[in-house]
Amino acid sequence: MSLREHERTLEVSALQVSVGDHLVAVQDVSFEIRAGESVGLVGESGSGKTLTCRAVLGLLPASGHVDAGRIVLGRGADEVDLTAARRTTWDEVRGVRLGAVFQDPASYLNPAITVGHQLSEQLRVKRGLGRSEAHARSVELFTEVGLHDPEGVYHQYPHQLSGGMLQRVLIAIAVSCEPELLIADEATTALDVVIQAEILELLRRLRDDHRLSLLLVTHDLAVVAESCDRILVMYGGEIVESGPTADVLGDPQHPYTQALMKVATIGTWERRALEVIPGQPPAAGERMPGCRFAPRCAYATERCTAGPVPLTSLDEDRAARCVLVEDAVARPLVEVSA
Amino acid sequence: MTLTHPQVAAAPVSPAAEPLLSVTGLTVSYAPPKKAASLGTGAALTEASLQVRPGEIVGIVGETGSGKTTLARATVGLVRPVAGTIEFAGQDIGGLRGRALREFRRSGQVQLVFQDPLRSLDPDLTVADLVREPLDIAGTLSREEKAQRVRESLELVGLDPASTLGRRPRQLSGGQRQRVSLARSISTRPRLLFCDEPVSALDVSNRNLVLTLLDRLRTELDLAVVIIAHDLSSLAGIADRVAVFYRSRVVEEGPIRAVLQDPAHPYTALLTASAPSVAPHHGLRPVDLRVAAGEDRGAWTTPAACVFAARCRFAHDACLEQPTLAPLENHDRSAACHVAGEWTTHLDSQEIA
Repeated sequence: MSLREHERTLEVSALQVSVGDHLVAVQDVSFEIRAGESVGLVGESGSGKTLTCRAVLGLLPASGHVDAGRIVLGRGADEVDLTAARRTTWDEVRGVRLGAVFQDPASYLNPAITVGHQLSEQLRVKRGLGRSEAHARSVELFTEVGLHDPEGVYHQYPHQLSGGMLQRVLIAIAVSCEPELLIADEATTALDVVIQAEILELLRRLRDDHRLSLLLVTHDLAVVAESCDRILVMYGGEIVESGPTADVLGDPQHPYTQALMKVATIGTWERRALEVIPGQPPAAGERMPGCRFAPRCAYATERCTAGPVPLTSLDEDRAARCVLVEDAVARPLVEVSA
Repeated sequence: MTLTHPQVAAAPVSPAAEPLLSVTGLTVSYAPPKKAASLGTGAALTEASLQVRPGEIVGIVGETGSGKTTLARATVGLVRPVAGTIEFAGQDIGGLRGRALREFRRSGQVQLVFQDPLRSLDPDLTVADLVREPLDIAGTLSREEKAQRVRESLELVGLDPASTLGRRPRQLSGGQRQRVSLARSISTRPRLLFCDEPVSALDVSNRNLVLTLLDRLRTELDLAVVIIAHDLSSLAGIADRVAVFYRSRVVEEGPIRAVLQDPAHPYTALLTASAPSVAPHHGLRPVDLRVAAGEDRGAWTTPAACVFAARCRFAHDACLEQPTLAPLENHDRSAACHVAGEWTTHLDSQEIA
C-alpha cells in the first residue's frame, strides 16, 4: 500500500460540487489515480462525470462551486492541493502537470492561428523554449501523435484539418509539457469508429511511453472496456461502483452497472431487441433520501429509499453503493460470529 | 451476466417488393473554392446508388465527409445533383424544379430527421406548434384534423400529449426532444424517413430507445427508413440492409448482418474491427488491417485510384483504377473492391501478387 500511495498522481476525496442555487450535483466522490494508470469515469449525461473532471481542472462553470472535499495532485514534494488553488498555482499546474482534451476539438483552437503556432506558443510560454526549438519540438510532437506530414500540418489552420486530426493536435498540445495526468472528457464521442479506435490507441501508447495517468470520461462502457485499468461508474452525482475493468464488466455488482452493460455496445451484428434503461435519471440537485437509482431499479425495496446508501468495499479495489451488496458483504461476517 | 439478447424475427420485407426510393449513379458536387484548391475537388457524392423498399430500414455508415449527409440532402431536394437520378415512388425527383419541387417538398412524403434536436427545433415553439408545423405547410387537413394528428403522432413516439403539448424543447430531456423531432417528421405520414445521425447526440440507453421506436414505426406506418449512424452494433439490431460510404462513394452494400459479419471490402472490415465492445474482442483488430506506419502511400493518391487504396493494406497495381460497385457471387450484396471478399486470404502475406 505504501508503494501505491507513493505513486499516486491524483487523489479526490469526499468531493461535493454544487451548481446554480445550491443544487448539489456531485456528492461524496472519492477516487485516486496512480501513476501510469488509466481510469474510466462512466455515466449517463447529467451523472456529474463532467462536473467532477471540471472540478479537478478548476474549470467549473461560473455557477459551479466546490462545497467540500479535497483534490490533491502529485505526492511528496510535488504535492499540490487544488481545492482552493490560486490563479498562480493553476498557471503552474494547468497545461503543465494537468492536460485535458474535450469532445469538440475545433472549439478549443483559435481559428485564426495555425495549429503549429498554437502548439509552439504553449512550449514557449510554459517551457521557455526559443522560437526554433519550439518549432522543432512541435513537429516532433505532431509526429508522435500520428499526424502525417507534420511539417505541413504545422502551417495549417484548424478549418483545414478533419475532426480526428484536430483531436490529435489537441492531444499534442495537452501532452506537450509532459503532464502527470491527462483528462479526456468524451474526447472520442464525436469521431467515427475508425478514428475513435485510433485515438484510443494513441492515448494508450502515450500512457505506456510517458507513464502518463489517464482519466477517460465517457457515457459508453464499450469505450473504456479496452482502454482502462479501472472503472468508476457514476449515477446521479455519486460513484455507484468502482473496480478493475475486467471485474466490473465481468461481474457488475450495482444494478445500474448491470443495466449499463445491457445497453452497451456489444460486438455482435445480430438483429435483436435493443435494451433500454426505463425511466429518467434524477435532475441535478434533486433531493433523494436513499439510493438515487431506486426509482429505475428492478430490485428496489423500501430499504433502498429509507436512508443514504454507503459505498460498500467488496475487496481491496472494488466497491459498490447498493443495499444488496451491503447484505452480501455482511452475511459471511454474521456466520463467522455465530 | 450474459450478453445474449433475444433474437427478433427479421422484418416483413419481401426482397421482390418495388423500391420506394431508388437512387442511381447519383453525383453531387459542391463548387470548389476559387483559391485553396487543396480543399478538395468539391465532389461530395460520386455515382452513389441506393434502394429502399417500404417497411425496410437501411443503415448508412461511413466517416465524416463521406457523402452520407449529402445523399440525405439530395433526397429531400435540398441540393441539386450533377448527374444520376433519384426516383421516389416511380417519379424522378432529382429533376424537379421550381413549383414542382416546392410542392413535392411541402407534401411531406419524404422527411428528414436531424442529429441534434436542440438545434433543429425552434426553441420558442411549443411541442404542439413544432409537431403541427409540417401539417400547416402541407395544408391538406382542417384545424381539428391537425390537432388530432398531432396527438396521434406524439402517442406513436411514446410521449403523453397531455403533459408534453405545452412544453418547449428546453423543458424536455435529450431523449424526449429527439422523440419530438420524430413526431414532427411523421406528422405528415411520410412514406420515407431519412434520419441523419438521429442518435449520435444521445447516450446509449436513449439511443436504443429511439432506434427501437424507428423499428416500430416502420411496421406501424409502413415507412421506409434510412438511418445514418456511427454505432454499428445498435444499427445491426434493427436495420435490414446497410450501405458503407467512403470518400463520396458507396464501397459496399448488402444485408447488414452479412456485411458486418463477413465484410467484402477492407474498409468495412476496418470499421467492424474498430467498433468498441464491452465483450472481449475476437476476430481481426484494426492494426491487422492498417497500413504499416511510415509506409509511403503517395502512389495511391492519384485521382483515378481506388478511394481507399491509400489506407488499404491490400492495395496493389489494379487499385490504381477505381473499381465499380459490382455484385458479389452467390450474394445479395455488392462491393467496390478489386479483392472483394478475397482479401482475407492475403492477411498473412505482405504483398499481393
